[in-house]
Amino acid sequence: MSNMRSLTFDAIIIGGGGSGLRAALELAKSGKKTAVLSKVFPTRSHTVSAQGGITCAIASADPNDDWRWHMYDTVKGGDYITDQDAAEYMCSEGPKSVFELEHMGLPFSRFDNGRIYQRPFGGQSKDYGKGGQAARTCAAADRTGHALLHTLYQNNLKNHTTFLNEWYAVDLVKNANGDVVGCIALCIETGEVVHVKAKATVLATGGAGRIYASTTNALINTGDGIGMALRAGFPMQDMEMWQFHPTGIYGAGVLVTEGCRGEGGYLINKDGERFMERYAPNAKDLAGRDVVARSMVMEILEGRGCGEKGDHVYLKLDHLGEEVLGKRLPGIVELSKTFAHADPAKEPIPVVPTCHYMMGGIPTNVHGQAIMQDVDGKDHIVNGLFACGEAACVSVHGANRLGGNSLLDLVVFGRAAGMFIESALNEGIEYLDASESDVDAAMARMSRWNESGGGESVPSLKAELQDIMQTSFGVFRQEDNMQEGVKKLAELRGRIGEAHLADKSNAFNTARVEALELDNLMEVAEATAIAALERKESRGAHSRYDYPDRDDVNWLKHSMYFPTEKRVGKRDVNFKPKTVDTFEPKVRTY
Amino acid sequence: MSVLQVSVYRYNPETDSAPYMQEFQIDTHGRDLMVLNVLELIKEQDSSMAYRRSCREGVCGSDGMNMNGKNGLACITPLSEVVKSNKLVLRPLPGLPVVRDLVVDMGIFYKQYERIQPYLQNDEPAPAIERLQSPEDRDKLDGLYECILCACCSTSCPSFWWNPDKFVGPAGLLQAYRFLADSRDTATRERLSDLEDPFSVFRCRGIMNCVAVCPKGLNPTRAIGKIREMLLANAT
Amino acid sequence: MVTNITNFGRSGLSDWLIQRISAIILALYTLFIVVYLLLNPGLDYATWSGLFAQTWMRIFSLLAFVSMAAHAWIGLWTVTTDYLKHTGIRLAVQTTIILAIFVFLVWGIQVLWGA
Repeated sequence: MSNMRSLTFDAIIIGGGGSGLRAALELAKSGKKTAVLSKVFPTRSHTVSAQGGITCAIASADPNDDWRWHMYDTVKGGDYITDQDAAEYMCSEGPKSVFELEHMGLPFSRFDNGRIYQRPFGGQSKDYGKGGQAARTCAAADRTGHALLHTLYQNNLKNHTTFLNEWYAVDLVKNANGDVVGCIALCIETGEVVHVKAKATVLATGGAGRIYASTTNALINTGDGIGMALRAGFPMQDMEMWQFHPTGIYGAGVLVTEGCRGEGGYLINKDGERFMERYAPNAKDLAGRDVVARSMVMEILEGRGCGEKGDHVYLKLDHLGEEVLGKRLPGIVELSKTFAHADPAKEPIPVVPTCHYMMGGIPTNVHGQAIMQDVDGKDHIVNGLFACGEAACVSVHGANRLGGNSLLDLVVFGRAAGMFIESALNEGIEYLDASESDVDAAMARMSRWNESGGGESVPSLKAELQDIMQTSFGVFRQEDNMQEGVKKLAELRGRIGEAHLADKSNAFNTARVEALELDNLMEVAEATAIAALERKESRGAHSRYDYPDRDDVNWLKHSMYFPTEKRVGKRDVNFKPKTVDTFEPKVRTY
Repeated sequence: MSVLQVSVYRYNPETDSAPYMQEFQIDTHGRDLMVLNVLELIKEQDSSMAYRRSCREGVCGSDGMNMNGKNGLACITPLSEVVKSNKLVLRPLPGLPVVRDLVVDMGIFYKQYERIQPYLQNDEPAPAIERLQSPEDRDKLDGLYECILCACCSTSCPSFWWNPDKFVGPAGLLQAYRFLADSRDTATRERLSDLEDPFSVFRCRGIMNCVAVCPKGLNPTRAIGKIREMLLANAT
Repeated sequence: MVTNITNFGRSGLSDWLIQRISAIILALYTLFIVVYLLLNPGLDYATWSGLFAQTWMRIFSLLAFVSMAAHAWIGLWTVTTDYLKHTGIRLAVQTTIILAIFVFLVWGIQVLWGA
């Protein structure tokens, strides 16, 4: 492919969601030659769907609020495999990032004193869990993600960031030393394939919720960055940790924000009982998401589910009154009417735990530098490769993310990656150029699809993959079921490797993009499955019938999935925050 | 009857000399699907069918298209709302160049958005915390900031069809007013002087097609009226 | 800011304002004439020219003519910029319209004050 055009940048940011745009903004301001490469126009990225808010101790609702309390909640919420240096960085740097967003124009809702409105969210406490429920989630009604993403895009326009919109990154290009020196990208509109050369490649590709049949995630959340990194041989961390959001609209999977419960809504079973009082006597409906999701499944399994099939529960909001709903949750009212045919002012919304967030991802340090392990289990930086946002595993979310922490993660670590890359570029980065065979290696996968002459079609294989994940790797997991899932996935991988791309045209060929996405879904699914099988305990979002307890002796660790050998190793959790005392693992109750 | 007649605008620049309408029979099994679900079923029959989609819940603005003559978002438009006598006609958003099938080139739409400087401008140094804003001032942004840039409004506006290079269009003007109305923005005078020519704002004839189609229930015509009031107050 | 040199007031705002004010004047003038004709069913030349001999009526009429000229210029200019995409044709039509308006206006003044 020597006739391929190449584009050269100091930094290429793959993904135009919150973290990608925040990183890009930092680099655009510094004058570095930066481009954001996004498979959709940036404001179509999944950040736009975030509703409830961005959790941060800005001391607005409570003037005495403290980022250390937020950090405690985050570590506890993550069931103690949150890296404490990372949580410390996020929670202490958070206010700066939130105020920056406000200065950029984000239309936050307000308190009467003019400060940013904060609402209670799950897992939030004052005084290290001793002071009761906190209200720490900064909100723009229930459209915070939309407001945040648009604000970041607008400020990138202001700072003249270069955008490669509707371009699709296919695979990473590595040089002879194994450094990442760019990627292969496809211009969707024209079908042109380009070699993008960069000194820093940032994977800000978001999550991969589409590995499950039922998910709150956008159709574009196919784990492209994870797939690329796995194919390039880099390890993934904590891939078994998938958050199931308690309130996805039954049937449609559309998200209903935790902010509904923050504003006073609660879950009821078919008897009208507020069942969370039994499972989490203190926090009730605002316990950690993993806890609430499991409780809902228990209710359903024990025959107290709602509806004809008894397979969901209800979220009751009508007691809040039309005024609060209209003011604080207008988007939810709209979504509920459209997708559940229920007006929340009059009737409850049918909800069910739905795949929502990937806590795992590309292991990074707080600067966004990707990390790999050598044979002795020692960390090494991957030259040229960065990750931030949901695609990265810093890890601030550990085994279960708290509501509102994802948006904070995006802006804090997007900014951090941008700042680090800027200074690294200033110091000078020189990597060996990729050879022609290096580029050919990165082209191999797309060439396979382009030359495919027959075989199964993409949509049916995708549906099969999603069913396997839904059946074997859901809220509750067990050995035999997962064994079966891993086996089926291995077989499916073979079939996907021989699948057929019927449409080989160039102009806006969405079939080709979907085929390339399927490969990424496969990578993510297999990493998830193998890691889940290996972690023989229950922690956070990873709940096993056969190992119902947390096992701190063996598994107070990150899992590391190595794609080449399909092996799962372990990595130490960081328990050394710089300015506060370590939060020692305790029994986690709400 | 659960087999729906769907007629879709097709055009692939590599193989077609002219666009044409293609007929599909889609079995809905009696369900009240969203139009986007119907497109997914079509794509299973014919993988070459091109359309944009992302969030599938009406917040990303990808799948704006013309459904039985009216612009809207395919993902939040149930068949029961648009289908007449069991027939559904899907066309790309009118007035923009077609890239392929239902995918249009939105370049000029985005250019008009960029032209109104869609970002907060404040020449005073930022405080250490957030800029304060009263709930009443914040309320002024409701009905403005929620725009998802789907282009349903601008592509239903004849003034935008005739002068897409000069008339900002309802979407851009809604955002222009979003910043004019923001108590934290200090560039009001510059913003207004960029809008007082005969095209940018004044090509709006107030026919309210934009209001009729906005999938988020926003009212660009009202915002345009407010901009006119501000221009008038500023110049008289 | 989009620049233009063939529109009436050089500014969209002034065009817009003039269009509205001229419309009100034309509406009032039309209303007056209609009411006058209804109140004077057997109208003869003497009464009619007597009406136009009065200064206030001449001023009112001139105001209406000027309003008509401005209103037509602004309105037709808008129509040409909407529908005539070829610059040469558009400019030719705009020039013709402006000249015709000028002719009608001068002629109107002559009829009104010339006698």
